[in-house]
Amino acid sequence: MEIQQFYYDNKIVKKFLYATIVFGVVGMLVGLLLAFMFMFPNLTQVISWLSFGRLRPLHTNAVIFAFVGNAMFAGIYYSMQRLLKTRLYSDVLSNIHFWGWQLIIVAAAVSLPMGITSSKEYAELEWPIDIAIALIWVVFGINMIGTILRRRERHMYVAIWFYLATFVTVAVLHIFNSLALPVSLFKSYSVYAGVQDALVQWWYGHNAVAFFLTTPFLGLMYYFVPKAADRPVYSYRLSIIHFWSLIFIYIWAGPHHLLYSSLPEWAQNLGVVFSVMLIAPSWGGMINGLLTLRGVWDKVRTEPVLKFFVVAITGYGMATFEGPMLSLKNLNAIAHFTDWIVAHVHVGALAWNGFLSFGMIYWLLPRMTKGPLFSQKLANFHFWIGTLGIIIYALPMYVAGFTQASMWKQFNPDGTLTYGNFIETITKIMPMYWMRAIGGTLYLIGVLVLVYNVVRTVRANRAVEDELAEAPALAPLSPRRLKGEKFHPWLERRPVQLTILATIAILIGGVIQIVPTIMVKSNIPTISSVKPYTPLELEGRDLYIREGCVNSQMVRPFRSEVERYGPQSKSGEFVYDRPFLWGSKRTGPDLHRVGGKYNNNWHFNHMWDPQSTSSGSIMPSYEWLFENKKHDRSGIQAKMRTLKQLGVPYTEKDILESPKTLNAQAEEIEKSLTADPDYVKSYEKSRKAAEARGEKFVPMKDREITAMIAYIQRLGTDIKVKETAKN
Amino acid sequence: MFEAIKHNMETIDGVAVYPVVSLSIFFLFFVGLGLWVATYKKDKIQELSKIPLED
Repeated sequence: MEIQQFYYDNKIVKKFLYATIVFGVVGMLVGLLLAFMFMFPNLTQVISWLSFGRLRPLHTNAVIFAFVGNAMFAGIYYSMQRLLKTRLYSDVLSNIHFWGWQLIIVAAAVSLPMGITSSKEYAELEWPIDIAIALIWVVFGINMIGTILRRRERHMYVAIWFYLATFVTVAVLHIFNSLALPVSLFKSYSVYAGVQDALVQWWYGHNAVAFFLTTPFLGLMYYFVPKAADRPVYSYRLSIIHFWSLIFIYIWAGPHHLLYSSLPEWAQNLGVVFSVMLIAPSWGGMINGLLTLRGVWDKVRTEPVLKFFVVAITGYGMATFEGPMLSLKNLNAIAHFTDWIVAHVHVGALAWNGFLSFGMIYWLLPRMTKGPLFSQKLANFHFWIGTLGIIIYALPMYVAGFTQASMWKQFNPDGTLTYGNFIETITKIMPMYWMRAIGGTLYLIGVLVLVYNVVRTVRANRAVEDELAEAPALAPLSPRRLKGEKFHPWLERRPVQLTILATIAILIGGVIQIVPTIMVKSNIPTISSVKPYTPLELEGRDLYIREGCVNSQMVRPFRSEVERYGPQSKSGEFVYDRPFLWGSKRTGPDLHRVGGKYNNNWHFNHMWDPQSTSSGSIMPSYEWLFENKKHDRSGIQAKMRTLKQLGVPYTEKDILESPKTLNAQAEEIEKSLTADPDYVKSYEKSRKAAEARGEKFVPMKDREITAMIAYIQRLGTDIKVKETAKN
Repeated sequence: MFEAIKHNMETIDGVAVYPVVSLSIFFLFFVGLGLWVATYKKDKIQELSKIPLED
């Protein structure tokens, strides 16, 4: 057999690795800033693009797609070449993939603080960036499949299957969830509305966790843990079961994010059943990873890489046990909308993704730079301070979640809420928010220690170069099954067929879950009193989306919630919501029935200085909505036309007259504001100040705040039974 | 659980077949998977699991 020589591409691995580290620091810094904003809500006052609502998606996107994403590409490109005994398919594609991905990250880092967002969680980026993501993802896919086709190893190791499933599923999820009709370059409306939008979004959101944060990292686990432990995986049979059952079951479980919401009951139940079943493959995988270390536990004591891996896999086990538990309706009733969920995702992100990435970095760097790690001691320090950070982060958040949920649900003997003022449930957990911020600080210190260790290692050792390897060429085999060859060995050497089967496996669950909701009109009971938004409300809603409001809009069918907020939310109320805005956490009270609860002046003062109307509030001021600047509402007709195309029953007359109706409603709101003498006084003062500065004075009705008030006052009023406050 | 499904989807013709089909797919999938894994030869499994250690 002819022995061929070739080079492994280490340089592309190095690039992705460095990007991982840089964006890891950035993403976590933003997270830390956000953690401190709970104690100091006006930390970045007046700077709109540094406000909590706009930075939060930046944090999640940076950590998921920039930190974890780059780590995953680094690990995949390193391991795939070696598992398949070949160089990557194309250097050009590798580099397009790398630079394209970094450009997307930069585009996100610019557009999200500007408020350019679709507001769908983990899919916030607007349509032009969505298209770029799809293109770069395809480049990654071609490069990966091309590499597989040029391999010198007949059989594809199980890690490769995980990588393939990642590629296929993320592509499917991303495309279906991002479907939207553009209004302009920076604005689009989802093709799904209300309940459908929620279902598709959480089918995506859940599976983004599964196929972006889990499957690629399981592939990495199946490569790097055996490498670092220098022994094969505990059970290869188990890994096969792990792979197929995980990708098959995961995709069904999305609706557990929407329990007790207005989602049809059957979809909720389906989500619960499959979520519980998910324990089996997840724990199978965890056990397989941990038992790979059997016989080398003495090594774990001294080798920081293995320590990181052990905590990572344990974190995976904890998060995947907790996930199914959280999807049980009785536990979900407590945990949903609270900080428990924040704890849950951070165990996953900090332990599983973070620690697996750090272990991988510490293992790869000395090998690629052909020298020792600068300091094992510092790596050990990183391990301990990081672990401590995770604990100090997560534990207080669990306590906070429980505390908040029990306070929300507490009744007095006379049937009134014990903690009728939502703020009480926030001030109670402030110490927990402090501890969380401390935990996060410790974790970040660990990462900075890693940065120092990496810099010193790279400086002391040799420059990263492509690595010479040799392997015999692969003799061509018939694409058909050989005589006596069973189906599975055949399948494992046929990458295309394997990919198709994996695709079918993930599509079954998706189809069974999604199709009925999309097809059946009766899933969304129509309520005749529910009307489309007025032009001004629509503009206000887009502002609400821009600011990334973190309140929920979903009154669940609990006595405590109906008592606190008003009648439970009905699915028919959301038919014109593109996108839906149910939210996933209550950092403030639910807003679905807030319309008409307070008068316009209250909202005006609240948005200007939240602490003045609600003492102890952790909401930041939204001063920029009041600026002496005209709110650009020129796109209203285009917006309404787009929505009409999507099925919102605006008439041609509605659209033509929209500037007029918009102005009339704004005037009415401005007029109502003058009921407050203080408002009149300060309004006159600011008018004079503007004139003194020689600025043109913009009447209140033309500023952003008016549209915002219009939208908030509309919320939930379509079927509201209680009397509304007089404006 | 099926009652809840029927109630919400009664406008689809023959909706009752839906859960039955789903369950069958699910069941057959795991039977197939079990058979696949069980029929592997031991030396093949060992050979496959050593792939990452051979570079």
